[in-house]
Amino acid sequence: MNILQRVKGLVNKSFLTYAMVIVSFVIVQLLANNGGISSTLRGQLVPICAYVVMAVSLNLTVGVLGELSLGHAGFMSVGAFSGVVACISLGDTIASEPLRLAVGLIIGAICAGIAGFLIGIPVLRLRGDYLAIVTLAFGEIIKNLINCLTIGLDGGGLHFGFLSSASALNLEPDGRVIINGPMGISNIPRLSTFTAGFVLILVTLFVVMNLVNSRSGRAIMALRDNRIAAESVGIPVTKYKLMAFVTSATLAGAAGALYAMNFSTIVATKFSFNTSILILVYVVLGGLGNIAGSIVAATLLTVLPEMLRQFNDYRMLIYAIVLILVMLATNNETLKGLPTRIRAWVTRSPAPQAEVGIDG
Amino acid sequence: MSFLSHLISGISLGSIYAIIALGYTMVYGIAKMLNFAHGDVIMVGAYSCFFLMSRFHLPVIVGVVAAMLVCTLLGVTIERLAYKPLRAAPALAVLITAIGVSYFLQNAALLLWTSNPKVFPSIAGNTSIKLLGGQLSISPTALLSIASCIVIMVALTWFTSSTRMGKAMRACSEDKGAAQLMGINVNVTISMVFAIGSALAAIAGILLCSAYPTLTPTTGSMPGIKAFTAAVFGGIGSIPGAMIGGILLGIIEIFGKAYISTQLSDAIVFLVLIIVLLVRPAGILGKTVQEKV
Repeated sequence: MNILQRVKGLVNKSFLTYAMVIVSFVIVQLLANNGGISSTLRGQLVPICAYVVMAVSLNLTVGVLGELSLGHAGFMSVGAFSGVVACISLGDTIASEPLRLAVGLIIGAICAGIAGFLIGIPVLRLRGDYLAIVTLAFGEIIKNLINCLTIGLDGGGLHFGFLSSASALNLEPDGRVIINGPMGISNIPRLSTFTAGFVLILVTLFVVMNLVNSRSGRAIMALRDNRIAAESVGIPVTKYKLMAFVTSATLAGAAGALYAMNFSTIVATKFSFNTSILILVYVVLGGLGNIAGSIVAATLLTVLPEMLRQFNDYRMLIYAIVLILVMLATNNETLKGLPTRIRAWVTRSPAPQAEVGIDG
Repeated sequence: MSFLSHLISGISLGSIYAIIALGYTMVYGIAKMLNFAHGDVIMVGAYSCFFLMSRFHLPVIVGVVAAMLVCTLLGVTIERLAYKPLRAAPALAVLITAIGVSYFLQNAALLLWTSNPKVFPSIAGNTSIKLLGGQLSISPTALLSIASCIVIMVALTWFTSSTRMGKAMRACSEDKGAAQLMGINVNVTISMVFAIGSALAAIAGILLCSAYPTLTPTTGSMPGIKAFTAAVFGGIGSIPGAMIGGILLGIIEIFGKAYISTQLSDAIVFLVLIIVLLVRPAGILGKTVQEKV
């Protein structure tokens, strides 16, 4: 066995993914310190991190568990709002900003996880497109409910209101309205940093990859590949489906909190169906079940509209065309075989059999 | 009396949802894909009718027919260019392509017609009909929506059950391979479904904008999602199901707005959908397919 093969054996796929993330973080950090990054791109760094976490977590549901979810932004929303409320309420208790951010992310993650658990129980009984439409429905319901929510803070603690104006919270004079119904949260402490986003990505990768490569992960994938066969060898369906779904929701909550604390205001309508779709596009373009692919796709597709800025009005149109062309090029039988055939023609050797797989 | 007027506005909104839902459900039945661009075809239909009527001062009926032609052409073109090459691809890939088409249509509309909302003139006029000594007033748009819905429903039922093309459609949605072996041209049949669905979308777009007169490039997306929900609600793939689902959804939405809360009306609609799907996982009229082990 030569050295190259031995190195290949050692460097497994998850190691490469970690390495890719760490190296790109170092490069971006170096570039940012030397002014090599435009200010618009600098503003995109934290959103990119949040979208990467969203894409990786959605990949757990769609790629690994094999259930289409169209409401992932709902969990992001729950995480964002609960995380920000926690951070604002703890403003006096915890002085250290990174620690406060971490607590905010954890609380956001826990709240989204609880939401994921409550939603997962009914949703995961359904299959296929029906499951997809119910996740869509829950996403819209979450958006609607948060739109009606008012939360205020004063000396007596948190005050909650629903479908009422902020004045109905009966706050003390020194109190502060945190969530103001459809107006959302304003004056958010902007605690999120690129480093925090990077750490969150690493944590997400650690959680997802260890889950996928564990006994539970194999059970989840067995359910995806053949539910009936998996059930017949004694894999508890609900338990493992919920495990994947709740993990996915939890990570999305943390991403939401990170995302929200990058902006000074946030409203519930930001996390609409379109956001869920945006993240689904990252997952599908990156390759179902392919974690590294999700990271690359989320990054590139967030940067792409920025890079197309010189085309001004046409950029979203070009984005749409690129999206359609990429899907056609990667999935059409005639086009998919093209590179192999060209290679075969160049080397004058018989074309290898096209790989049959679910990736794509 | 307010109950009756809410009921009528619910049915008329529901009729519009039902017409849109028909497009979703027929395409799903035959191509097994969620055509997310359908909502944007509605928007294109409304815009074409708007411009033909306001710019060229054409009569209403010409505007409507022309809008239907534009949408039919658009629907068939989309199917040829974007969906046909992916016939054998995984469902998710087709879904993302449909989303790409939806983005494309929205942004093309944004470039062509700008984001300034257009005020759509009602095609049915504004003189509302007074009944029961003036206590109950019905807008002509509502009547027109309900009437169009009934006509479309009857026509489609006749078409799918009695004509050669309709039978071919049902055969293709049952089993594409077997249909092809029986000599049915599957590609033409699928194009036909997209053509019908898109023409219906044009009608729905015009009715929708007559009832709610603001027209923007994103006008179609929310009604699109709601109609898609309605199609699932009634059992996706089933034509009467789409009708029932659409009308129920419209009634629930208007009643939710009127009696519970305006802000929560969307949440109520989706909550009812979830409850229905939990009780009947394949929708109201959906076929429950036995699983083979």
